[in-house]
Amino acid sequence: MKEIVLEARNISKEFHDPVTIQILNNVNFKIYKKEFVSVIGKSGCGKSTLLYILSTMDTEYTGELLVDGMSMKNKKEAQLALIRNEKIGFVFQFHYLLNEFSVLRNVMLPGLKLNKYSEQEIEQRAIEKLRILGIDKEALKKPNQLSGGQKQRVAIARALINDPLIIMGDEPTGNLDKKNANIVFDVFKELTHSFNQTLLIVTHDQEFAQNTDRIIEMEDGRIIKQ
Amino acid sequence: MKLGLKSNIAKSLLLARWKQTLVAAIGVTFSITMFITLLSFMNGLNDLLDGLILNRTPHIRLFKEIKPSEYQAINLSQEYKKSQNFIRSIKPAKSKNELRNYEAIVQTLKNDKRVLGFAPKIVAQIFYNVGATDLTGVINGVEPEEENRLFKFSEYIVEGNYIDLKNIPNSVILGKGLAQKMLTEMGAIVQVTTAQGQIVKLKVVGFFQSGLQELDKVQSYASIKTTQKLLGKSTNYVSDLQIKLNDMTIAPALAKEYQAIFDVDAEDIQTANSQFETGSSIRTLISYAVGITLLIVAGFGIYNILNMMIFEKMDSIAILKATGFSGNDVKSIFIRIALTIGLVGGLFGLLFGFLLTAVIDQIPFDTESLPTVKTFPVRYDPKYYIIGALFSIITTYFAGFFPARKASKIDPVIIIRGK
Repeated sequence: MKEIVLEARNISKEFHDPVTIQILNNVNFKIYKKEFVSVIGKSGCGKSTLLYILSTMDTEYTGELLVDGMSMKNKKEAQLALIRNEKIGFVFQFHYLLNEFSVLRNVMLPGLKLNKYSEQEIEQRAIEKLRILGIDKEALKKPNQLSGGQKQRVAIARALINDPLIIMGDEPTGNLDKKNANIVFDVFKELTHSFNQTLLIVTHDQEFAQNTDRIIEMEDGRIIKQ
Repeated sequence: MKLGLKSNIAKSLLLARWKQTLVAAIGVTFSITMFITLLSFMNGLNDLLDGLILNRTPHIRLFKEIKPSEYQAINLSQEYKKSQNFIRSIKPAKSKNELRNYEAIVQTLKNDKRVLGFAPKIVAQIFYNVGATDLTGVINGVEPEEENRLFKFSEYIVEGNYIDLKNIPNSVILGKGLAQKMLTEMGAIVQVTTAQGQIVKLKVVGFFQSGLQELDKVQSYASIKTTQKLLGKSTNYVSDLQIKLNDMTIAPALAKEYQAIFDVDAEDIQTANSQFETGSSIRTLISYAVGITLLIVAGFGIYNILNMMIFEKMDSIAILKATGFSGNDVKSIFIRIALTIGLVGGLFGLLFGFLLTAVIDQIPFDTESLPTVKTFPVRYDPKYYIIGALFSIITTYFAGFFPARKASKIDPVIIIRGK
């Protein structure tokens, strides 16, 4: 029996503005440890919405979400923030690095927030993550001095800093050219193979999805194939 | 560590927008500077004006007023006890305006712990003879040493020495205005006529200037012994007893008490000079109002700048929240930013306020009516600095609180999805 990292039970969500639209309809699935899962579907099929629910940032839904076996229902905002900090790493379409801080500091921030290790240890770990992603030479630069592909890799390093249970990506290659997109994909691949990292990536890139372990295909708020 | 992290982020956000930060901090600095300066100057002025009167006014004055008796014979009669008695044309009986039982009163006051000190005084109407004309005036018989100890007598003497009143027999210190009218100089002899018609020659040993010109034109001081001689009274004749208390606020109550015990008239300083109390409290109120208005305006500046900063940093806030910072963390970061602006701005404000006050303190301020004042009056009071510091922190806290709360409520999903 494989270990379940994330489980969605009957998750539904509606938008009420201006008319009620069922955006997610009874979504059920499980993600196991060490899996590289991609979610694909057409624009507007609810895949991003699903990801934000899974990431605990969106709390307005019905059904149940279990992260690491714990239900996310009725948890306070601060508790959810802590769970995101500790167990979930994010990579977005846009890198969202803070230009006020160096690359290294950006990577360290979630670690400093978690406060599990000393600052020196976090710094060591951050450099280690940057080395895995091949950008440890840029550590002391400011994010706006980096190329798009490098920035996205810094964002991945930031997602990795607390050794999360799962990394979630929302179109992480969406803003990148082919070459950089391939680099990022290879990074993900390496993370699952060499570091046993669980990944859940939302994409509309068919080619990207084909190379993952499992594809969850969505249409009109439902899972049609997994 | 966690505290350090939030402060660290706050610092980075502050420095990233250091020009805005500077403008906000200068706003606070300016308002605190003005607050301190205004209050110090205003209260310095208050002290000066109050001092004009309060320093020289006894907290309680005991005297015997010549007035008709309150107990008329008919009221004592058993027969008319229950009637309403109307009596017309009452005149005061022939009585003296001297304090009776003076020695006993002195003994009681000496043993009263609430009393700081007291000085006897004789106030007498006289005429100053200048050639063929007589100028009406008042002579105050005082004990020079006590008068100086309790009422800062020497501060008003512009020429001569107050102690000469005691050392030189039959000496007088004239008001400056009076001396000018009489064309006298130091060492000259002036002639005065008492109300009883006695003519006495007095030697001028000094001039005083009280700050109230009307007073200076009619008043003069002599020792109590000289005055007694002048009036042909015995050595225990005293018309007024001026009492200074340790605590001025109990004066009204104590005045009533003495009035009952000694069977004399007693007037407290609050009743005698109520207009000064009102004046200074309103001046203080105005300066506080202006100072606090300045601070609130500075607060709005901070509010604006933080609001703008939050608008600009929406993405950063979203990602901080996505990576595990809670709403409270974000709020605390922005409140730290506001408080830093408040603290730094406020600290410089206190410093500049002190410097500006010190500068004002050096500006020459010469006025005829205030002989002892050479520069603008200023009061250095730690109280203003404490209020300024507290208020700068409180205003900036609130100026930061609302934008910070807004930031804490930012929904990361909306921003991230918006891209």
